[in-house]
Amino acid sequence: MSERETVRIGVYVCHCGTNIAATVDVKSLAEYAGLMPNVVLSRDYKYMCSDPGQDLIRQDIRDRQLNRIVVASCSPHLHEHTFRTALKVGGLNPFYFHMVNIREQASWVHENRVQATRKAKDLVRAAVQRVAFHQPLERGRVAIQPDVLIVGGGIAGIHAALTLANAGKHVYLVEREATIGGHMARFDKTFPTLDCAACILTPKMSAVRAHPNITLWTYSEVTKVDGYVGNYKVTVLRQPRYVDEDLCSGCLECIEACVYKQAKVPDDFNLGLSKRRPIYIPFPQAVPQVPVIDPETCIQFKSGKCKTTCVAACGDRHAINLRAEAKEERIEVGTVILATGFQTFDAHRVPYYGYGKYPNVYTALEVERLVNASGPTAGEVVLRDGGRPAAVGIVHCVGSRDENTHRWCSRVCCMYSLKLAHLIKEHTGAEIFNFYIDMRTPGKGFEEFYQKLLTERVHFIRGRVAEVTDWALDPSEEGKLVIRVEDTLAGFVRRIPVDMVVLATGLEPRTDAPEVRRLFNISCASEGFFLERHPKLAPVNTFTDGVFLAGCCQGPKDIPDTVAQAGAAAAEALALIDAGYLETEPNTAHVVEEKCCGCKTCISMCPYHAVAFVDEIHKSRVNEVLCKGCGTCVAACPSGAIRQNLFEDDEIFAEIEGVLSNA
Amino acid sequence: MSGVYGYFPGCSLKGTGVAYEESLLALFRALHLELAELEDWNCCGATSYMSIDERDAFSLSARNLTMTQKAGHRDLVAPCSACYLALRKTQDYLERYPKIAGGNGALTSIRAVRVRHPLEVLYADVGVERIKKAIMRHWHGGRVACYYGCQMVRPYSEVDRDCDPVRMDELLGAAGIPTVDYSLKTKCCGGSLTGTTHDVGVRLVYILLKEAARKGAEAIVTVCPLCQYNLDAYQHEIRRSSGERLDMPVLYFTQVLGWALGAEIESLGLARAISGRKRIRQWFQPAEKEAYV
Repeated sequence: MSERETVRIGVYVCHCGTNIAATVDVKSLAEYAGLMPNVVLSRDYKYMCSDPGQDLIRQDIRDRQLNRIVVASCSPHLHEHTFRTALKVGGLNPFYFHMVNIREQASWVHENRVQATRKAKDLVRAAVQRVAFHQPLERGRVAIQPDVLIVGGGIAGIHAALTLANAGKHVYLVEREATIGGHMARFDKTFPTLDCAACILTPKMSAVRAHPNITLWTYSEVTKVDGYVGNYKVTVLRQPRYVDEDLCSGCLECIEACVYKQAKVPDDFNLGLSKRRPIYIPFPQAVPQVPVIDPETCIQFKSGKCKTTCVAACGDRHAINLRAEAKEERIEVGTVILATGFQTFDAHRVPYYGYGKYPNVYTALEVERLVNASGPTAGEVVLRDGGRPAAVGIVHCVGSRDENTHRWCSRVCCMYSLKLAHLIKEHTGAEIFNFYIDMRTPGKGFEEFYQKLLTERVHFIRGRVAEVTDWALDPSEEGKLVIRVEDTLAGFVRRIPVDMVVLATGLEPRTDAPEVRRLFNISCASEGFFLERHPKLAPVNTFTDGVFLAGCCQGPKDIPDTVAQAGAAAAEALALIDAGYLETEPNTAHVVEEKCCGCKTCISMCPYHAVAFVDEIHKSRVNEVLCKGCGTCVAACPSGAIRQNLFEDDEIFAEIEGVLSNA
Repeated sequence: MSGVYGYFPGCSLKGTGVAYEESLLALFRALHLELAELEDWNCCGATSYMSIDERDAFSLSARNLTMTQKAGHRDLVAPCSACYLALRKTQDYLERYPKIAGGNGALTSIRAVRVRHPLEVLYADVGVERIKKAIMRHWHGGRVACYYGCQMVRPYSEVDRDCDPVRMDELLGAAGIPTVDYSLKTKCCGGSLTGTTHDVGVRLVYILLKEAARKGAEAIVTVCPLCQYNLDAYQHEIRRSSGERLDMPVLYFTQVLGWALGAEIESLGLARAISGRKRIRQWFQPAEKEAYV
């Protein structure tokens, strides 16, 4: 406060219709406020947030030369910004303002009108005393670097990357596997339209590869992230694939030439249902179309005694470099989109369903590969001994909606189970049994798909399966897998012998989600998926500015929702980039260097890594972009060397004095 | 290994399961492990107590646990699965709801007693390797189905995996006794249903026996006196009502391991078996010259 200036406060009491006025006597509150020191003017008004309400403030600033404003209304979360803007329009610094919450903290939580009014008076008195000490503050600006980092090359990452790249932004797409495509690349058909997953995915994968604005790094991981919104400094570790992406033409002759004439290594892409060679590409449409050598199984890496026929086959291209090493790339980006996806629930965790014990118990993802024409059986649905199943049981909710494993609904299993039921029936003519708790089909065209399945003579039995077992009660069960379940519609226990069991395993956070969370300084919800800033109104934002979420890393969702969310994340990033800068709140902390003793207490206390130690002067310094104004360091500093805008000592003491000096 | 184990036999091991106690003591002697029976032990509080008034049940268990501490034992071996469960449950509830310990908190320390099932003692304290080295007799019986029942593995599953326990299979395997893959190893033996809803109880028994035979087992090996009794005692009734002759020996793991580890045959309580007596006599014959390894 300038000492020459006289404080002239205006107090505005809002009725909020009857929300406040019904319980707080707004007239007497306004009258009371009018008698307080420095208060030049005091009004009550029906809706302060309305345009006429805001105009009142603007006019009074002009006509009555007000230089401090107090509004007693709702929570500052709702309208602090509205009123600060009104001050600004009226020509006053927007931080010469204080808001009193007499709705959530008085009228809504009290019934006694006299006492509620008295409390409102206390709160207003505190605000009036406080606002006199307010200082003019300016919002800072952070420039936004226009490049974007996208972590994860599944359909979410691919869609976000293309959206941003098409808008002219440069995107770094970092994928851990040797190809992009993610889980979707493994699917055969997609529900509910039964269009071919590869047919709709692979054009987008090729577009990523070809796009001039996308730098694609597969076989790579983000290892370090520094900086803050607009200015992230990221380190990416690129693992060697031993085949140079720039030199390789994708002819794949090296794979044919491998000394392993028989493929012997379990193929991860087919979940171990087929074998591959040590030099391989994950699947025919892999992007990039460049083989990768797995040093764990390649003879040359293990013993150094291979004839290296792959190198000979490559010939003059010299694309194969067995001495390639991992290399680090350092990039600067303004925003980050995390699209790291999910993993499927490990069916071994529910031993009573026999996965890993009985060979013909499969997970749904394995069956996706079986029904896929490019899969290990070229689309034939066969048992492990090569036979065809005559009866198949699909067990829903494996690792979902279960107190013992995961409590959440994985959202996609009902629908993919219906899809697999349709496909298995189509491929084999087998009798299909679905065992479900509830059928959940709440998407566009989903319920219709369910109804269609009902007419395809697929059986639906409502009940959580108790166990999948091989114990036989009578000869018809000999050699079969018996599904024991309480049929909760019919009201008795059934035993259904089948040849093949499909476990509809749920979606869970990736095992390394906690590390990724720490790397990008974001939060996880209790079940381990990344936490969005607001479940409804900020679903792709995180609590870290400039870091956005897309796809199943935020929670289970199907392809339409994933793509929608990826588009939203890209749009949020674009909004920041195109604005060019981000306004920061001025309620940050700052170190008074003369008082700082360099004890570093504040550094360990800061939850936002906003305080750093400046070695040259042996003192702490707050990065005002990272500081969220939580005040932890201010309270923790043993020398009282940290101060915070809008929370200066004189402001806080005046407020306390005001609230406590009840006449 | 920690010297002496406190031993809580419970009512079964002094009654229907006396063969369990005999063979347990013989086996532990063969392994030079000392069991010291609690003095003046009382009912563990299982079954009816637990379902009518948990506090009474917990009080009974708590007294046994207190006396274990008084006797200076760290471990309390409870061979009966029902006793094992009641004692563990009491400790677990004291842990989770300390209020039930009452005002002076004197009972909180009994959570420290380590309640052990002998199967777990053999697995953890003796170990598969030592069992292998201690074999004194070659098994010349048939394959057996290891049957764990429910109470030992759930919900306090430290003894073994809760739905697919394997430690008895591993121990018997180490002693040279072949086992079959028995999918029903933790399914209900009928429990007290054989006494209340008799038909249902006997049907559960029948399913267990039948499936063991189907998997090629010639005997069932148990860890619980109630399981053993149910499976053993109703075979004649099944024969009378269905004409089906099962003749399946139902043994304690302590009997077969005791035999393999060289305990005196007479000390194993084998003569107390009801079903499959002929097979038992053949398998556990005292050879003219003992086939010591």
